[in-house]
Amino acid sequence: MGKDVVADLKRDYISKLLAKGARADGRRFDEMRPLKIETGFVRSAEGSARVELGNTQVVVGVKLVTGEPFPDTPNSGVLTTNAELIPMASDSFEGGPPDQESIEVARVIDRGIREGHAVDMSKLVIEPGKEVWIMFVDVHVLDYDGNLFDAANIGANAALKTCIVPAKRAGKGEDYQLPVQHQPISITAVKIDDKILIDPTHDEERVAEARLTVATLETGNLCAMQKGLNGAFKLDEVFKVVELSRKIGSEVRSRF
Amino acid sequence: METNDSKESSREIVVPGDLLAISGKKAGPGTYSEGGKIFASQLGIKTVRQDSISVVPLSGQYIPIRGDLVVGKIVDIGASNWLVDINSPYPAPLHVNEVPWRVEFGETGKFMTVGDIVLIKVVGVDEVKRIQVSMQDHGLRKLTGGMVMEVSPSKVPRVIGKNGSMIQMLKNETGCRIYVGQNGRIWIDGELDNIVKAVRAIKLIEDESHSLGLTEKVKELLSRKGSEREM
Amino acid sequence: MGGTPTDLKLIDERGLRIDGRRPDEMRPLRIEAGVLKRADGSAYVEWGQNKVMAAVYGPRECHPRHLQNPERALVQCNYNMASFSVEDRKRPGPDRRSHEISKIISEALTHVVFTEYFPRTSIDVYIEVLQANAGTRCAGLTAASVALADAGVPMKDLVAACAAGKVADTVVLDLGKEEDNSGQADIPLGYVPRTGEIVLLQMDGDLSPEEFDKGVRMAIDACRKVSEIQRDALKRRYSASSADVDAAQAVPEMPKEGP
Repeated sequence: MGKDVVADLKRDYISKLLAKGARADGRRFDEMRPLKIETGFVRSAEGSARVELGNTQVVVGVKLVTGEPFPDTPNSGVLTTNAELIPMASDSFEGGPPDQESIEVARVIDRGIREGHAVDMSKLVIEPGKEVWIMFVDVHVLDYDGNLFDAANIGANAALKTCIVPAKRAGKGEDYQLPVQHQPISITAVKIDDKILIDPTHDEERVAEARLTVATLETGNLCAMQKGLNGAFKLDEVFKVVELSRKIGSEVRSRF
Repeated sequence: METNDSKESSREIVVPGDLLAISGKKAGPGTYSEGGKIFASQLGIKTVRQDSISVVPLSGQYIPIRGDLVVGKIVDIGASNWLVDINSPYPAPLHVNEVPWRVEFGETGKFMTVGDIVLIKVVGVDEVKRIQVSMQDHGLRKLTGGMVMEVSPSKVPRVIGKNGSMIQMLKNETGCRIYVGQNGRIWIDGELDNIVKAVRAIKLIEDESHSLGLTEKVKELLSRKGSEREM
Repeated sequence: MGGTPTDLKLIDERGLRIDGRRPDEMRPLRIEAGVLKRADGSAYVEWGQNKVMAAVYGPRECHPRHLQNPERALVQCNYNMASFSVEDRKRPGPDRRSHEISKIISEALTHVVFTEYFPRTSIDVYIEVLQANAGTRCAGLTAASVALADAGVPMKDLVAACAAGKVADTVVLDLGKEEDNSGQADIPLGYVPRTGEIVLLQMDGDLSPEEFDKGVRMAIDACRKVSEIQRDALKRRYSASSADVDAAQAVPEMPKEGP
């Protein structure tokens, strides 16, 4: 309660601008904010990246430890994704155990990596059914100005791309590059007044009716989606977001 | 370019704990005295006057002072008051006796509701920072239309400018009505394109509040034709 | 970095340490102020291989309400290590160690903040360790002080921090990770340079009174240097710019139109 109440005037202003084809920060509807990717930011992680998407800033670290595979996938490594929406990043985030919002972010990032087969998990097996590499992808949000999904997804992709499997440290042979095979890039859009806006800021997210995240692969195929918020999309709007995601996703992918 | 506004030759940025003066002056805002010496208590610009020394802060929260005009946002409604967020650590209850209408007990919601923006005045601050605000003065009211933006409260003097010169220029060049609350909230109303222009100019003032030739930069931005609508 | 060999030579025949430092030499320290947009104040510290971010929110309404002090602001620090900040992945969330560090840093900062200016509020300080390499509490406290000043919080001085310790029977400054792992003592210290007050002090290991005396003095000397780097970071953020300050006395704008 309190500060997070959106002033009606702010909502109206965003609406009036959208009606004229403009966004408050001057972007086109289908334009992402400036993207900065710095890999190898954290040396204590096996792979890491710091990503700035406009004023949103996240650090993603990948750690690998050895452990048991799941009984139903004896020939596959294990992926675990976690997101920390820490109170440093925004006065709307609270400390304590992960809430629904952080869990949703983590699961959507996880889905992109997993279903997009970003990593060849069969190459993370030490002894089938007994010992595999367990891959932890940890998203740490430092500064929050909307669209965590894409900032975290891009950070995860960048961190995985530079990740080294620490086999030597674990006494499992020589270190090797994590077998990354795909870059499932997610692009998120929100709907405000029947307009579709890519890469929403925090202000835009707060007045958005609905949100859709679409992850695509270099083939142009889709690998993960998540619709959020109380509003709804029409089918043609969904197709539009899919098309935008394919187009913008490939631009982002070319940065890796 | 770099010589324009540099009449303040002694402009010095100070940090908490910096020694400002040995003795003889009064410790003004942003400073404290200890053992006859005056030190900075805030990050800011050292300002020396004849009888006092102070630090003009470069950042910080809005702390209400009696008489301040502020732009508030209604965040809760009670039976006989509205709770107004005035962008300070202290919530400000606006009592029904302090509005220009006669409001029956329990009927507050008929007049103003959560999310409304109001122009009010701080009429009381006690020693434990309990705040009283009022809407009973000339021009105070609920604000409708237009847009409300926030700047760092420490930048408000820059938006207003020397003797109101900056705000006057903003009003003249954009034709907008603009109220600058001491709490860093600014209400702007006018043609949409002009509001956008004013918002951009105020953002520029905030980002470059301590750079040379700011007035010129703002003038340049405002005089640009509305042709490039990239905003 | 591999594991920790037991026969690690912490001080060589020339008297230099495992990373080539002299006993009284600090690791390189770099501080940036104002690095986050959402927070009211922030600072980023790189200290050797430590990477630490600090952010400040407030003074703001104090939650939970029962912690409110009718006469003062409450300085609440939260120290947290990212799961990937250490070699063996740390389980996310606070543990006993981070609770303790949060508490002693809160207390150290409370000493310098003019808490009486903001009754009933809280000043929330968040420290996130992104990469840890021994000395994170000192790096965190150093970053937090800069973030507080960046947020415009009135304070008597910045708190600077640095540790001293003992490795291979030698008193040394600012222990690195290998030294911390196989060293003989560690003394993290937080210091107010203007007044000479010690606001954070811990010690573990084994030291003679003479060694302790030497270590503490070494740490205090280092804190003075840290303080200079802190002050420089804050001044750098606003330098290379200049303006007429007179605007600060501008008359507040009163509304002219009627309702």
